[in-house]
Amino acid sequence: MSSDIYKDIILDYYRNPRNFGDLPDANVRAKDSNPLCGDIIEMQLRIGDGKISDIRFKGKGCAISQASASMLTEVAKGKTLEDIKAMGKPDVLTLLGIDPGPSRIKCALLGLKVLKLAVYMHLGQAVTEEVKQLA
Amino acid sequence: MVEKLSTINVARIREDFPILRRQVNDKPLIYFDNAATSQKPSSVIEAITRYYRYYNANIHRGIHKLAEEATLTHEESREKVAKFINAKQTCEIVFTRNATEALNLVAYSWGRSNVRKGDKIVLTIMEHHSNIVPWQLLAQEKSGTVEFIGVNDEGELRQDDVSKLIDDRTKIVCVTHASNVLGTINPIKDIGRVAHEHGAVFLVDAAQSVPHMPVSVQDIDCDFAAFSGHKMLGPTGIGVLYGKAERLEGMPPFLGGGEMIREVHTTGATWKDLPYKFEAGTPNISGAIGLGAAVDYLQNMGMGNVLAHEKEIASYALNRMKEVEGLEIYGPTDVNRRVGVVSFNLGDIHAHDLASILDEDGIAIRSGHHCAQPLMEFLGIPAASRASFYIYNTKEEVDALIEALERARKIFAR
Repeated sequence: MSSDIYKDIILDYYRNPRNFGDLPDANVRAKDSNPLCGDIIEMQLRIGDGKISDIRFKGKGCAISQASASMLTEVAKGKTLEDIKAMGKPDVLTLLGIDPGPSRIKCALLGLKVLKLAVYMHLGQAVTEEVKQLA
Repeated sequence: MVEKLSTINVARIREDFPILRRQVNDKPLIYFDNAATSQKPSSVIEAITRYYRYYNANIHRGIHKLAEEATLTHEESREKVAKFINAKQTCEIVFTRNATEALNLVAYSWGRSNVRKGDKIVLTIMEHHSNIVPWQLLAQEKSGTVEFIGVNDEGELRQDDVSKLIDDRTKIVCVTHASNVLGTINPIKDIGRVAHEHGAVFLVDAAQSVPHMPVSVQDIDCDFAAFSGHKMLGPTGIGVLYGKAERLEGMPPFLGGGEMIREVHTTGATWKDLPYKFEAGTPNISGAIGLGAAVDYLQNMGMGNVLAHEKEIASYALNRMKEVEGLEIYGPTDVNRRVGVVSFNLGDIHAHDLASILDEDGIAIRSGHHCAQPLMEFLGIPAASRASFYIYNTKEEVDALIEALERARKIFAR
C-alpha cells in the first residue's frame, strides 16, 4: 500500500510526534488554527540570547499539519530568531519531502506560521502580512 | 424485504454528463461530492450556451426580439420550477443567487418586520450554517432568542424537543428537509403543523431534498422553502426562494434597485408585484435558463426514480461500508429515513487525510465540518468524511470507494 502524499516519514512523525507536549520553562507560547480543517497547533518555546534553546508543540488535526509541526520543532531547536523569520514554504516542503498541493498546503504551513508568530511575539514586533497568509 | 429497484438506466445517464469521461490522477473520476454540488448534463450546458450564442439580452424591459426571447425563456424557467415543487402559483418563485441568499432574504425582509424583543426562533442542531447565521444575526439585532431542536442517537430530530421548544413565543421555525451531514430526512410536515398551531411561520431548507426526491411545497404546507440550482444539475449562482404568495406580499423588498420597482420619484418608490419585488437588478438570466433545463432533465427522469436510485446506491454503500474495519457511520441506520448522503470517519484518520488518499484514486468526497459546526460539536467530532450520491453513480463506484478506504486504512495502520 503506497501513497504519493503519505510517505512513511510523514506517517512516522504523525504517529510518533517528536517534541510533543508542554515545555514547562517556556517563555513564549503561540497558537493558531486552520478554520477549514480544524487543525490546531500550539508551539511553546524557550528563547534566550536570540536563539531557540528548546521547543515543544501540541496540536490536533490531520497528519500533514501535525507531522510538519513536529519536523519544524526539530529544525528550530538551536536556530536564531532571524533564521526562523527567514524560513518559508520551500523549507517546509523540503522537510516533508512532498508538495501536498493547493488544497492541503495550509495544513503543511500551519506549524511554520505558529512558530513565526511565537518569534514575532517574543520580539514584540508586528506580524507581517506574509506570515498571516501562511495558513 | 423486496427492494424497490429504480428504473434508471445509469449507463445512458452517464453519457449525458461530459465531465464523467474525465480522468483524475490517471483514474476514472468517481464523483461522490454531490451534496456540495452536482455535475451538469450536456442539456444544461447547452441551454446556457444557446442563450449566450443566440438570444443574449437583458430581460423584461427590452422591446426587441432578443429581449423578448430571453424574457420568455427566463420566465418559462420560473414556471418549470413552480411546477417542479408543486407551488400554487408561479409568482411564488423568487430567483436568488443560491439557497443561502434565499434564507437571508427571509431573515432580512420577513424577519426585520416581524421578529421583536423576546421572540423566539427555533432551528435544529443539524442546520447548515446558512440556516443558522442569518437567524443569529436577526436575533441579536432584535434581542430575540435562537433555540435548537436536538438530535437523538439515530441522527433524528428529538420529538420531545419539537413539542417543548415550539411555543406561542415562537415566531418562526426553520428546519432542513434533509441533513447535509447525516442524510436524515426530517418529518417536516409534522413539525410544520406544530409551528402553525402556535402561529409561527414555517421555513424549510430544501437544498438537500429538492434535488433528490419529490417535493411538494403545498403538501408540506411550508411558508417558505429555499434551495440552490447547482445541487440539482443546474449552474451555480441561481437559487430559489419559494414563499406563499400571501406571505411574500406582506414583506418589504430585500434589495432595492432596477427591475423591482413600479415607479420611482424623488419622494419615494413603489414596488412591482411578486416575484419581481424581490429581484432587484439584472438577474442571473443564463443561470435561470440553465436551471430550467436541469428541471426538465429531472422531470423526464421522474423524481421518484431519482430517489429510488439513490436509495439503492446508499443502501449498497451502507452495507459495504460495514465491512471496513474501524469505519464509523453517522446518521440513521434505516436507509428509508435518509437521502443519499453518508458521513463517516475511519479509525483515527483525519477526514482531510482520508480525502487526500481517496483523491489519489480519482474519488472525490468531501471532508471537514460540512458547514454544520453545531452538529459536529453535538456529535463530538472535529470533522467527518462524506460521500454523497446522485443519478449517475453506480455500485461499481461504491466498490472502488470501499477499496480506497481499505487502502487508506492500511496506509495509516503502518
